[in-house]
This record gives sequence, C-alpha cells and structure tokens, in this order.
Amino acid sequence: MEKEAIISFENFGFQYTAQAEPTLYDINLKIRKGEKVLIAGPSGCGKSTLAHCINGLIPNSYPGKITGSLTVGGKNAQELGLFGLSKTVGTVLQDSDGQFIGLTVAEDIAFALENDCIPTKEMHEQVEKIAELVDVKQVLHHAPHEISGGQKQRVGLGGVMVNQVDVLLFDEPLANLDPATGKQAIVLIDEIQKRTGCAVVIIEHRLEDVLYRPVDRIVVMGEGRILYNDVPDQLLCGKLLQESGIREPLYVTALKYAGVKLTPEMRPSYLPELQLSENQKKQVLSWFAKQPPAEKKQQQEVLLQADNIDFTYEGGHHALRGISAVIHKGEMLSIVGTNGAGKSTFSKVICGFEKPQSGSLTLNGTDLSTMSIKERADHIGYVMQNPNQMISKTQIYDEVALGLRNRGVSEEEIRPRVEKTLKICGLYPFRHWPVSALSYGQKKRVTIASILVLEPEMILLDEPTAGQDLKHYTEIMDFLAELNRQGVTVVLITHDMHLMLEYTPRAIVFNAGKVIADKSAAEVLNSPQIVEAAHLKETSLYHLAQQCGIGDPEEFTRRFIARDREVRKHD
Amino acid sequence: MINLFNYIDRPSPIHRLTGACKLVCLIAWSVAAMTSFYTPLLIFLTVASLVLFRVAKLKVKDISFMLGIMVVYIVMNNVLIFLFSPEHGTSIYGTRTVLFRIAGPYVVTAEQLFYHLNVILKNACTIPIVLLFVCTTNPSEFAASLNRIGVSYRISYAVALALRYIPDIQREYRDISLAQQARGTEMSKKASLVNRLKAASSILIPLILSSLDRIETISNAMELRGFGKGKNRTWYSGRKFSKMDILCMVVCLVLVILSLTLTYLNGGRYFNPFI
Amino acid sequence: MKKFSVKTIVAIGIGAALFFVLGRFVAIPSPVPNTSISVQYGLLAFLSVVYGPVAGALIGFIGHALIDFSYGWGVWWSWVIASAVFGLLMGFAAKLLKMDEAEMGKKGLIKFNISQVVSHVICWGVVAPVLDILIYSEPLDKLFAQGLVAGVSNAVTTAIVGSLLCVAYAATKTKAGSLTKE
Repeated sequence: MEKEAIISFENFGFQYTAQAEPTLYDINLKIRKGEKVLIAGPSGCGKSTLAHCINGLIPNSYPGKITGSLTVGGKNAQELGLFGLSKTVGTVLQDSDGQFIGLTVAEDIAFALENDCIPTKEMHEQVEKIAELVDVKQVLHHAPHEISGGQKQRVGLGGVMVNQVDVLLFDEPLANLDPATGKQAIVLIDEIQKRTGCAVVIIEHRLEDVLYRPVDRIVVMGEGRILYNDVPDQLLCGKLLQESGIREPLYVTALKYAGVKLTPEMRPSYLPELQLSENQKKQVLSWFAKQPPAEKKQQQEVLLQADNIDFTYEGGHHALRGISAVIHKGEMLSIVGTNGAGKSTFSKVICGFEKPQSGSLTLNGTDLSTMSIKERADHIGYVMQNPNQMISKTQIYDEVALGLRNRGVSEEEIRPRVEKTLKICGLYPFRHWPVSALSYGQKKRVTIASILVLEPEMILLDEPTAGQDLKHYTEIMDFLAELNRQGVTVVLITHDMHLMLEYTPRAIVFNAGKVIADKSAAEVLNSPQIVEAAHLKETSLYHLAQQCGIGDPEEFTRRFIARDREVRKHD
Repeated sequence: MINLFNYIDRPSPIHRLTGACKLVCLIAWSVAAMTSFYTPLLIFLTVASLVLFRVAKLKVKDISFMLGIMVVYIVMNNVLIFLFSPEHGTSIYGTRTVLFRIAGPYVVTAEQLFYHLNVILKNACTIPIVLLFVCTTNPSEFAASLNRIGVSYRISYAVALALRYIPDIQREYRDISLAQQARGTEMSKKASLVNRLKAASSILIPLILSSLDRIETISNAMELRGFGKGKNRTWYSGRKFSKMDILCMVVCLVLVILSLTLTYLNGGRYFNPFI
Repeated sequence: MKKFSVKTIVAIGIGAALFFVLGRFVAIPSPVPNTSISVQYGLLAFLSVVYGPVAGALIGFIGHALIDFSYGWGVWWSWVIASAVFGLLMGFAAKLLKMDEAEMGKKGLIKFNISQVVSHVICWGVVAPVLDILIYSEPLDKLFAQGLVAGVSNAVTTAIVGSLLCVAYAATKTKAGSLTKE
C-alpha cells in the first residue's frame, strides 16, 4: 500500500524576482511519510531552490513568482507560510555556524521551544531528551567553538527535532565534515529516521557518501527540471549521473570500466549487498591485469624541511608535537587529518603566522625563523578556503596587483607581471571586470592569482574545493595540476578523499598533533589503521578489490585513478 | 579569548542572584553614583561596593588586567582635568584655599583636591560594581535579563547574537589579517596614517562583506525555527526572582532615592565642606 | 513601536559584534602616543546607512557598552550614548539625503562624508561633553578638547574606512549583465 504524500509538488515552477528565467520548471514530486529521498544535481540545477520552497524561505525571504501548487501535510504551503511550515519541516542548513544560534548547546536546542513560549522547566526536560537522542548530552553547556564540527551538526539536528517535525530537510550535510564524521552523520540520520519515522530529504551532490546507508529514492535535477525520480539501483546502472556531472560511486565506475553490465538486481546502490557473479569478478580481475602499472614519481630535491616542530597555543592547547616533514620541489601533495589534528596549525607555522616553541624550519636550506610573515610570503603563498575572505579590492586587476604594490614595485613593472599571471589563471579576458561579477570558482582563481603574482616557490591551499560540485571541482583542480606542471610546488590541506587520490601522489597524515603517515595517497586510504586514526574513509575500491579477490588493493586504486583521469580528460 | 567577559563561575550569594536582578542593581547603582556629588554617600557606595566584591569571592588576581587599565584611566583623566582647569574646584565650591604653587597658573588648592577626590570616588564606586556584574553573570542569562526588565525580546536577542558571534568574528578577523599581512599589508608605525587606515580597510572590507552574507544565513536559520512569530518568547536561561533578588533590587532603588533626596536636602549637587 | 524584521535584528547583533571586535582588538597606532584609532566608526557609519537609524543607534549602543563591559573600567554611559547618537544621525542622514548604498558614486560619497562629519561634530562636540558635564561636572574646556580630538580622529577614520566600505559594498551590487570579455 502506498503511504500518503507529505510533500507534493504539482506542475510547480518558480522564478526569482531578480531573474529573467525561471529556476524551476514543471516539478512533479511526491515525498511520502517516512520516506528517505536524496536530491542530487550539479550547482545551479535548482536543488537548493527546491529545498527553499519546501521550508518556506521561498517566498518569505526570496520573493518570486510561483506557478502550480505545493502542498505540505495536505495544506497549501503558501497559506501555511514560513512559521506554519516550520512545524512540519525541520531544516538543517549547510553552514553549521550560521545554524548554531544559541550561546551554548542547550540554548541552541531550546531555541525553537523558546519561540513557542514553552515554560522554562518543561523546556529543560525536552532539551535533555533531545540531547540524548542526538548524543550531545555531555557537551550541553559548551559554547559552539568548544565542540567539534560533527557535534555542531548534531546540535543543528537536535534544534529542529524539538519541533517534532514530520520532515527533516538537510541542505548539503556533508560539506563541512571530515570523511569519517560525514559517515557518522549519515548513520545518525538513518537511525533518527528509523526511530522517529519522519521523512528525510537530503540535498547533496556527494552521492557515494550518502549511499553509505540505503535511501528509498534518488531525484536527479538538471537545469531546473527533474531528470530522474526512482530507486537508486536503477539510476546507477545508467549513464545519467555521468551526463549530469554527478560523481558515481567509485566502485560503480570501476565496474563499468571493467565492462561489467550492471543491473538493478545486483543492488549496486549499497556496497555491502552488492552481488557479483564469479564471471563478473573475473572481468574485474582481467581488467586490472590489463591496465598499465601506475607510474611512480621519483623523489626530487628538498624544498621545505620541518624538523621536530613543537607548538602550543596560548591557552595551553598542545597543537603540534614534534612534527618532522619534507616537501620536495615541484611536488603536489595533500595534508590530511581531522579537524584539530594540527594540519592547519602546521600550515600557519610554515607561513609564519604562528611561531613554534621549538624545532626548525628551512626553505632551500635557509632558516625561516628570522623571516617575517611578509618575507616568507615571497616564497610561500597561502590561499584561504573562502575567497570572499581574501578579496579586498573591487577590481580584479587591483586585487592581483595588491601584493606587488605593497612591496613597492613600480607600476611599469606591475603591469606585465599582473597580466602574465592573469593569463596563466585564465582571467585575462575579465581583467577589467569587478570581482563581484565573477563566479565562486573564478573568485578562487583571483585569490590564487593574487598569490602567484608574487612568484612563490610553493603555494599552500586550505580546502580549495570545499562545497564545489564535480564540474567546478575538476576545473579548480585541473588548474592547480597545470600550475604544478609549470613548476610550482602545491600543498593542499584537505578533507576530500577523491582529491587526495586523484591529484596528489603523496599524502601526509596528521593526528593529534603528530604525523602518523607519510606515503602515497592510495597506500593511506588502503590502510585501515591510518584511516581509522585520521578520521578518513576507506575508498570503496578497497572493498571492491577485496570482493574480487585482488591481492593488492592499492595498486588497483592507483590504476583505477589513472584510467579515470584519462577518461575524464576526454569528456 | 573564550571568556572575554571574564565570567568566573564560583558559588557565592552574588552568583546566585538572577541576571535580571543584577542588571537592575547595576543600573540603579550607576544612576545613584552618577547623579550624586554628595561625598559621604559616594564614600559609602565605594566601601559597600568593595564589600560586595568580597562577598562574591572575587580575588584581585582575577581582575588584575582590568584593574591596571582602570588605574591608568583614572590617573590620566585626573591629570587632564588638572592641566586644563586647575581652578575648577574653586569655581564649584566658591572658596580658594591655596596649598602650594607649582608654576604659572598651576596652583594646588584644597578645593581642587576635594573635587578630584569626588571624581575619583564617582569612578571608584561604580567600577567594582560593573566588574562584579561582568564576573558573576553568565552571558547566557544576559539576554533573558534584558527581556525581563522590559527590553523587547527582539532587541534582547540582538545582544545575545552579538555575544554569540564575537568569538567567530574575532577568529575571522585574525585569519584575514594574517593573510593580508602575508601580502604585505602594513598596519604598524612604519606606514603613514592614511596608509595605515587603507591597510586596515583591506582587512575590514572582506570581514564586513562576508559578515553581511552571514547576516542572511543567520536570519534564515532563525526564521526557520520560528523566531519572531509571537509577541513574547520564553528563555532557556531565564530564572524567576527569588526573595533575595527582590530584596537587593529594593535596596538599590532605595539608594537612588537616597541619592536624589540628599541632593535635594543639600540644596545643591555638591557636598561643600568649605563653607 | 514598529516591529523590526528578523534580518534587522541579526544585523544589529552582528553589527554590534563587529563594532566590538574592531574597537577592542584592532589597534592601529595613532600619532598621539598611547592612543589608538577607532576604526569602528567607519563601520558604524556604513551599517547605519545600510540598515537605518534605529539599527545604527542600537549597534553603536550595544557595541560600545560591550567594549566598556569587557574592559571592566566601568561603563562610560555618556560616550556610549554618543556612539548610539552617531549611528542614529547617520541613519537619518542617509534617509534624508536619499543615499543609495547600492550606488555610491561621487555624489553619494560627498553626501556620506558631509553627514558623517556633521554627525561626529554633534556627537563628540555636543552630546558627549554635555552628558559628561551633567554626570561628572568636569571642566568644560577639558571636555571640549577631548571631544575635539575624538571627533577629528573619528571623522578622519570614517572618511577613509567608511568611504572605502561604501564603495566596496556598492561594487558587490554590480550586475554581470553589462560586462563583456576582452
């Protein structure tokens, strides 16, 4: 028997007031009670707009023209309004710092109750109950900056669950979490759904990570329309994901490369239940054998050497404990680890933002300790995660020229250097544009250009692809790979396992202020101990290799990545 | 940085008072001190504030940093007053008792010294109370207290938001500032004043523009959880007044009345020992 | 009283937090020894233009009071109120002169700067000293000298920081439609 729909779009369309074209067309979509639905699609496909329609931010905060109808819990959404909808739909936003409004965990969970004028005593009891449910009871009186990213998200979930909603809506829940915490978040969402029986809608483009627990349906969106709306197994057998710029689960891609014909009966959407016949396993084995061995890069000259670095923050937090590491000339490498493992502190020490209490740091054999932040920046460029935090000029040209002007370089010399850099970064055609007219990815390039113009030997990037879909991710990373080919040493601080596997041959793994591994990315991700300690996530290729009886899952991963990059390049 | 407002959690009778009560007392105490120039009352308030300081189990070392700034401020302020107006006391109290001469117009009179004593007392009797308030009131209770004493809950919540996001903005400021310094932004004395301000702007512009985005996210998050739908709201950290709270508030209000009455009975604002 | 929108409430909260952080931690050495320049008034002028007089007044009031609280040197209500009045005046000036923060041309900047100078004169030349006389009976010439120094330095910082902020903000409102690649 089919359950009744709690959310129902009928011939629904939406156009923002400020835009010339509608963002959503002909949406027909039903979400039933207790269902778990994943909505996927590249940036700009309309998935966030769809979410805003469900929770009422459209038209309350973002006005525009609505056509067709949307009912939530059997009532017209527009009549319910934002506050009415909030009784049925609980939204957990992507930005967990924006979501966390209270001064402490308890106050944040209580926020909705406070607005409902629930008496204080009753409120305390309810908060207690919810805190237990989302497992944040031991940090109830902590401030937001005293808890981890995963806990923050749990608090966010708790804060909407106090309303006893029928629908939980997650807007990109994985964007700011390290891989292991992301995995836990998916498990938690699954458990909460089973326990409360509410419907769950997850907006996310990281398909494989969401599929860590089964979903009932996947909705794929593209250019404002629904392209697919059915069970996941069917979707993974086809080509739609590739065509819409959404990354398939890696094991699915691997099986396709091996020529295995996928059918829904094989249950490709849920790895633990994936059915492979002996014949299909052989197909994978023979594909593996046929691939050329992945080439290994030889070691080069040392560029930066850190020796036994120790650093403690003023408050007493011992962030780095005897760090020794080497970065080679012309290398592209990742630094990975959980939040608080010390990777950001290490990068701050390299840039001179923080002074280590002991240990030495040399660049090309010269001691860095006597150099100021500004002097170091001539050799080591640092690019922040959010380009909006770096850009201070309104014109692209001025932004890129800023560092040179600050160094007293003459305007005649600045012009050719800026123009050359803009050409390298593919921004030359836009040089007279204001920064505000650029897309996020282009802004990112502007910030990279503003660092490159100082001609550093090495650039250090903090989470360069955070929150980007596959297309923009590929754009940014291919650009960095190209820079690397031109001789710039590139160091990436990242949570992203794909990025690490695909683009950086070597990875340094941090945990609790120490380096716990320094080896190839494939080796790191195929070692269960390191994966566990550093809050990473094993790649699904590891499990696939095991299931097919491949003895060397690392080499399997390497060959797959090499092949995959070939294929994507020809797209 | 985490404990910016220096809340010190210790069990004491003052800690147990509700935030709203302490806020009322702080305001009443300040009004009493601000309106009065009646020296005996100021002396009483100063002594009383020091006693309360002990009752709250605060130690000098808890607040040594604040104390330092305070002393510098009071000294600077008094030096400035003297430099600008060495005869101010004379004009207030109407007599002129020369104690000794320094140079030129700078003559030290008993009236001037007495006036300085009053200024110092006025500062001295409120500062421990402000410190007391800051050190014994949990920031979480602050917004609830404002609402309790009649400030609309929307504005009260704006204060809570400020307290909530100060650490975030502080961290963001630091990160942006370091990244700009790496690009050669110079804010120290090496640069000219105008350049220093322009350099500061290169940090402030990204900080403030990204804060405007933050405003949008937060207001969405708040509306999605029903903020602003009712005429009232309750507070997780709100507490009911106890008998002790009411007693304290009554005492402080009596102080205000006393201060006003003394001014009235005195026939003028200044307590004048010279006539 | 008119109800504030939630967005205005958040703007007041975040604005006060920014005012606090700038006032408390951004120390730009000034030419006078042992004093630093208050960049927060550039911010306050800008936010008052964008969010209106009441928001401006509250940002100034809350932000300044929090700074005093955190220093623990007592709350100097006279100066706290002067900051609030500055926000209020800038907000009114923006309405009166029809400043459009999304299009800050030369004309807009002239209006902005005239308003801010006048507002600073009123706040530090009249409001703060008068309150100080009422509360502390301090000598007139000392207070006006203090007010003069504060007013001039705040007006200079507002002229530079505030104007740059307005220009940067207006630039974020430029639409891509009119632009072509070269």
